[in-house]
Amino acid sequence: MTEANSRAGMDRRSIITSGLVLAAAQIASPFVIRARAADAVRIGLDNPLTGTYAANGKHELDGCQMALAEINAKGGILGRPAELVVEDSTSGDAGVAVQKARKLIDGDKVDFLLGNVNSALSLAMAQVSNEKGVLHIVPGGHTDAITGSSCHWNVFRVCNTTQMEANAVAGALVKEYGKKFYYITPDYAFGHTLEAGMIKAIAALGGERVGGDLTPLGSVDFSSYLIKAQAANPDVIVFLVQGDDMLNALKQAVQFGLQSKVHLAGAQQEMEPLEGLPPEARIGTWVMEWYWNQPGVPHVAEFVEAIKKRTGRVPTARTWFGYVSIWTCAHAAESAKSLKAVDMAKALQDFHLPSEIALGPNPVFYRAGQNQLIASLFVGDAQASGSAPDDLFKVAKVVSGADAAGPLEESGCKMTWPT
Amino acid sequence: MTQVVLFNVFNGLIVGAFYALMALGLSLILNLSGVINFAHGGFLALGAYLAYTLIPYVGFWGALIAAPLLTAALGLVIERVLIRPLYGGDPLYGLLLTFGLAYIFEDVTRFIWGAQSLPFQLPAWLTTSLSSQFFFVTGYRVFMIVVVVAAVGALFAALNYTRLGMRIRAGTRDLDTVSTLGVNVRVLRSLNFGIGIYMAGLAGVLAAGLLGLSPTIGANLIMPSFVAIIVGGLGSLLGTLIGGLMIGVASGLAAVYFPSATEAVIYVMMGLVLLFRPRGLLGEEGRLH
Amino acid sequence: MNGLRGHRLNVAVGIILLFMPFWMGAIGGYTELASRILVMGLAAMSLNFLLGFTGVLSFGHAAYFGLGAYGAAMAIKYLGAGTMPAIALGMLVATLAAMVIGALIVRRRGVYFAMVTIAFGQVFYFLAFRWNSVTGGDDGLTGWHRAPIDFGVATLDIFGSDKAFYYFALVIFGVCVAAMALLLSSPFGRTLIAIRENERRARFLGVPIEFHIWLSFVVSCLFVSVAGALYALLNNFTDPRALRFDLSGNLVIMAVLGGMRSFWGPLIGAAIFVALQDFVSSRTENWMSVIGLVFVLVVRFFPRGVLGMLRNAAKA
Repeated sequence: MTEANSRAGMDRRSIITSGLVLAAAQIASPFVIRARAADAVRIGLDNPLTGTYAANGKHELDGCQMALAEINAKGGILGRPAELVVEDSTSGDAGVAVQKARKLIDGDKVDFLLGNVNSALSLAMAQVSNEKGVLHIVPGGHTDAITGSSCHWNVFRVCNTTQMEANAVAGALVKEYGKKFYYITPDYAFGHTLEAGMIKAIAALGGERVGGDLTPLGSVDFSSYLIKAQAANPDVIVFLVQGDDMLNALKQAVQFGLQSKVHLAGAQQEMEPLEGLPPEARIGTWVMEWYWNQPGVPHVAEFVEAIKKRTGRVPTARTWFGYVSIWTCAHAAESAKSLKAVDMAKALQDFHLPSEIALGPNPVFYRAGQNQLIASLFVGDAQASGSAPDDLFKVAKVVSGADAAGPLEESGCKMTWPT
Repeated sequence: MTQVVLFNVFNGLIVGAFYALMALGLSLILNLSGVINFAHGGFLALGAYLAYTLIPYVGFWGALIAAPLLTAALGLVIERVLIRPLYGGDPLYGLLLTFGLAYIFEDVTRFIWGAQSLPFQLPAWLTTSLSSQFFFVTGYRVFMIVVVVAAVGALFAALNYTRLGMRIRAGTRDLDTVSTLGVNVRVLRSLNFGIGIYMAGLAGVLAAGLLGLSPTIGANLIMPSFVAIIVGGLGSLLGTLIGGLMIGVASGLAAVYFPSATEAVIYVMMGLVLLFRPRGLLGEEGRLH
Repeated sequence: MNGLRGHRLNVAVGIILLFMPFWMGAIGGYTELASRILVMGLAAMSLNFLLGFTGVLSFGHAAYFGLGAYGAAMAIKYLGAGTMPAIALGMLVATLAAMVIGALIVRRRGVYFAMVTIAFGQVFYFLAFRWNSVTGGDDGLTGWHRAPIDFGVATLDIFGSDKAFYYFALVIFGVCVAAMALLLSSPFGRTLIAIRENERRARFLGVPIEFHIWLSFVVSCLFVSVAGALYALLNNFTDPRALRFDLSGNLVIMAVLGGMRSFWGPLIGAAIFVALQDFVSSRTENWMSVIGLVFVLVVRFFPRGVLGMLRNAAKA
C-alpha cells in the first residue's frame, strides 16, 4: 500500500489535473451545442441507448433522425425548425427513464415525448407525460396496457398490440401445420397477454394447447423447455420469447434438430434477433410489424435507400416505428395548427398516415378512442438469405391491421379527456 | 415422464459444467487474491467477441485457442496496472474497481462491435444432434463437455503436479509464509489472475456458440457463478466445480416440475446452504473470516 | 462531530440543501434532480452507517431500498394508504427482512459477507420479478401516485408541486440524518466505531460483536428503506431494477467517493455521482465508460474520498 502512495506523489496530482481538464472539456464543449435555437420545436426521445435493448433503441433513433431531416427540409413544424433531444433511458431502470422524461419536459421544455422500447418504462413515462399534459408517442413499447387498461388521452402507440399479432399469424399456423400447439412464453406481462391472445385465436380455428412453459426473462439455456416441448409431441412449438431470449431459444432448438420433427413458429419477430442468428437457425413462421422488402409498394424502396445511405444498413421495423413517431408529431401539429397537446391529440383521432409514411399496402391509422396505430402485419417465414444478404424474411401474406385488430371494447381502454 | 427427467438431469450436468468453468475462474482469483472479480462477465464477453472477430482468419479452432489467450493477456495487463495496488487492502476496493471495469467493458464492447447481436458461426458438424433419441446431445454440447473437462482437468493437474500449482495452493492457505519462503508473490498472483481470466475467455467462446452474442452476454452468467462458489464453499475449487454442476442439475429439474422457478431454485439452494452449512459444501471453516 | 468545525459543516450543508431547488435551475439542473440527490444521499448515508462506521461491507443494500420502495408502492396501490403510512409500511417490510437476513449472515466477514449480501440482494430482485400478480413483475408497479398530504389545517401538495415534494423529502431526510447522528454519538455508535477499528480487541473487551453488527445492519437497512420509499414516491412507480446489485454498487461508490469516514461524505458523493450521471448521459451514449472510470479513479486515487482529501489537505 505504501509503495503505491510514495510512487504516486507528484504523478498523482498531474494525472488528476489532466484527467479533470479532459473531463471538463468533454462535458463543457457540448454546452455550446445545447444552447439551441430559441424558437425550435423540440421533440424529446427517452429511449434505451445502452443495455439489452440498445440495438432496438438505436434503430428507432435512426428512423427518428431520418424523419427529422425530412421534416426540416420541408420547412419544419408550423414553420419552425424541429429539434430532437435524445436521452438514454437505459434498458431497464425506470428511475432513470422517469428522471430523463422529467428533464426533457421540465428542463428542455419539449413539446413532444417519445419512448420507450421497454414496456415497463413506457408505462412509467406515460404517467409522467399524462401528469404534465405532454403529447407522448410510444414507438416500440409492446405491453397492451399502454393502449388498453392504462390508456391515456395524450399517449399514442405505433407498434402493434399482442392480439393483433396473434390474430394475424394464427390462421396460417393452423391451416398449414396442425392443431397441437406448445408454448414457450416469457414470464412477464407482454408474454402472458401474447400467449392468451394466441390461445384464443388458435382455439377459434380449432387448435389446442398441448402444453407450455413460462420462461424467466433473460434465460440463458432453453434446453430443458425444449426437451419438455418435444416430449409433448406438438405440431407446432410457438416461441413467444423476444430479443436475446428468442435468439438463444432458436439457436438451441436448431442445434437439437427440432425443426425436422416439429414446426417452429411464433408471434412477434424482428430483424434484430434474426441478424444475430447463424444462417441455419433463421427458420420458422412469424409475424413482423413492418418489413423492408416490399416489391411493388410505392415509396418503400426510396425509404430503404435513404436509410441505407444514412446508416449503412436496411431499416428494421424499429426504424419504421421511429420514423412514424416523429412524422406523427409533425402531422399532429399541422392538423391542429397548434402545439397544444389536447388539440393535437384530438387531431390524431382516426388520423390516416400518408402513404409515404405508412409504407405498406394497406391504410394505416390511429384508432379513435384508443390512440393505437392500426398498421399492417407481415406474416411469413424466416430465411437464411433471400434476394439480398439482408433479406431474412419471406413475406407470405400482409394482413391489414383493421382485420387483425379486435373490437375497441376488448382493449379495455376507457379514455378520459381533460375538461 | 422419467425420460424427460433423466434427459433434464443429464442436460443439467452439461449446462452445470459450463457454469462451473466460469465459476472456477472466479474462485481461483478470489481464493488467492481476495478480489471479487465483478468484471468476470466482461472478460467472458470479450473472449466471445474476440473469437467472433478471429474466426474469419484462423477458423473456429484457431479462435478457440487464441481468443482466451488474448483475453488472459489483457487480464494480466489489468491486474498489473489496476488490481495489484489493491492487494492487502480492504476487499471493498477490489470489488468497486472490478465493478467499474464491468461498466467499461460493456460500453467498450458495444462501442467496438455495436449493440446488434452478431451471428456466431460454428462448424456445421458441431451443431447437429448425435442421436435421434437423445436429441439434446448435440455435437456442440458434447464438445463443450470435452473442453470443460479438459480445461478443468488441466487446471487440477497443474495445481497438483506443477510447482506453480503448488505455490498457488500454498498461497491460498497462507500467503505470508509462501512469501517468506522466497516465492515471488506478485508474479504468482499475476499468473493466477491470468489463469482465471483465461477460463473466463474460454467460457466466453463456448457461450457464444450457445447464446446470442451481444455486449450483455456476460451479465446473466455472473450471478450463477457467485452462487456456485457460495454453495460449493469458498476456498475449495472442487467445491466450486460441484456447486456449478449442482446448479445446472437443479435448474434442469426445476424446469420439469416448476418451470418459472428455474432461476429461483439456485437462490433457494444458496439459502439452504447458508442456513445449514454456512461454509459451503466443501468450504473451509474460518476461511476469509 | 468534530466540535466547532463539525457544526459549521452541518450548518453549511443545511443551508445548501434548503435552497437547492432554487440554485439547481441556475446550473442546468431541475428540481427533480435535487430530490433525487436527497434520496440517494440518504441511501448512501444509511449504507455508510454500516460501511464507514462499523466497517462492514454490504453490497446488497439495494434489496432493502427496493423493499422500502415496493412496500410504499403496494400500500398506496392496494391499500389506498396515505403517504406517511406508506413510508412506514415500506420501512417495516424492509426492516423485518433485514432482521431475518442479518441474523443469517452476521457470522461472515469481509469478502464472504459481501458476496452473501450480493446473493441475497438478488433473491429479492428475483422475487419482485417473478411475483407478477402482486409486484407487477417486469412491468413494475404502476397506476398509483403519491397523494397530497392533509395536515388538517393545510394541505401539502406533494403530487402537483415538485418543490413541495422536495421539501417534504428534505424533512424526512433531516429526521433520518439526525437520528443517525444521535445513534453514532451514543455509546452504541462508539462501540460500532471500535469494532471497525479493531474487531478482535473489541471482542476481548467483551463486546458482543455479532449482536452489534446485526443491529448496525438492521439500522442501516431501516434508513435505506426510507430512502427507497421516497424513491418510489418520487417516481410514482417502482420496478425490480430498484433492487439490482447495480444500485448497490452505486451506493457504495457514492459513500467512498464522498468519504467513508465522514458523516456527510456519502451525501457529497451522492450529489457528485447523481449529477455527473445525469449530465454525462445527456451528452454522450458512452456514459457507462465515464461512470466506470469514476469507479476506477476513485479506488486508485481517491480512496479516502472528497472529504477525506479535504481533511488531509487541512491537516497538512
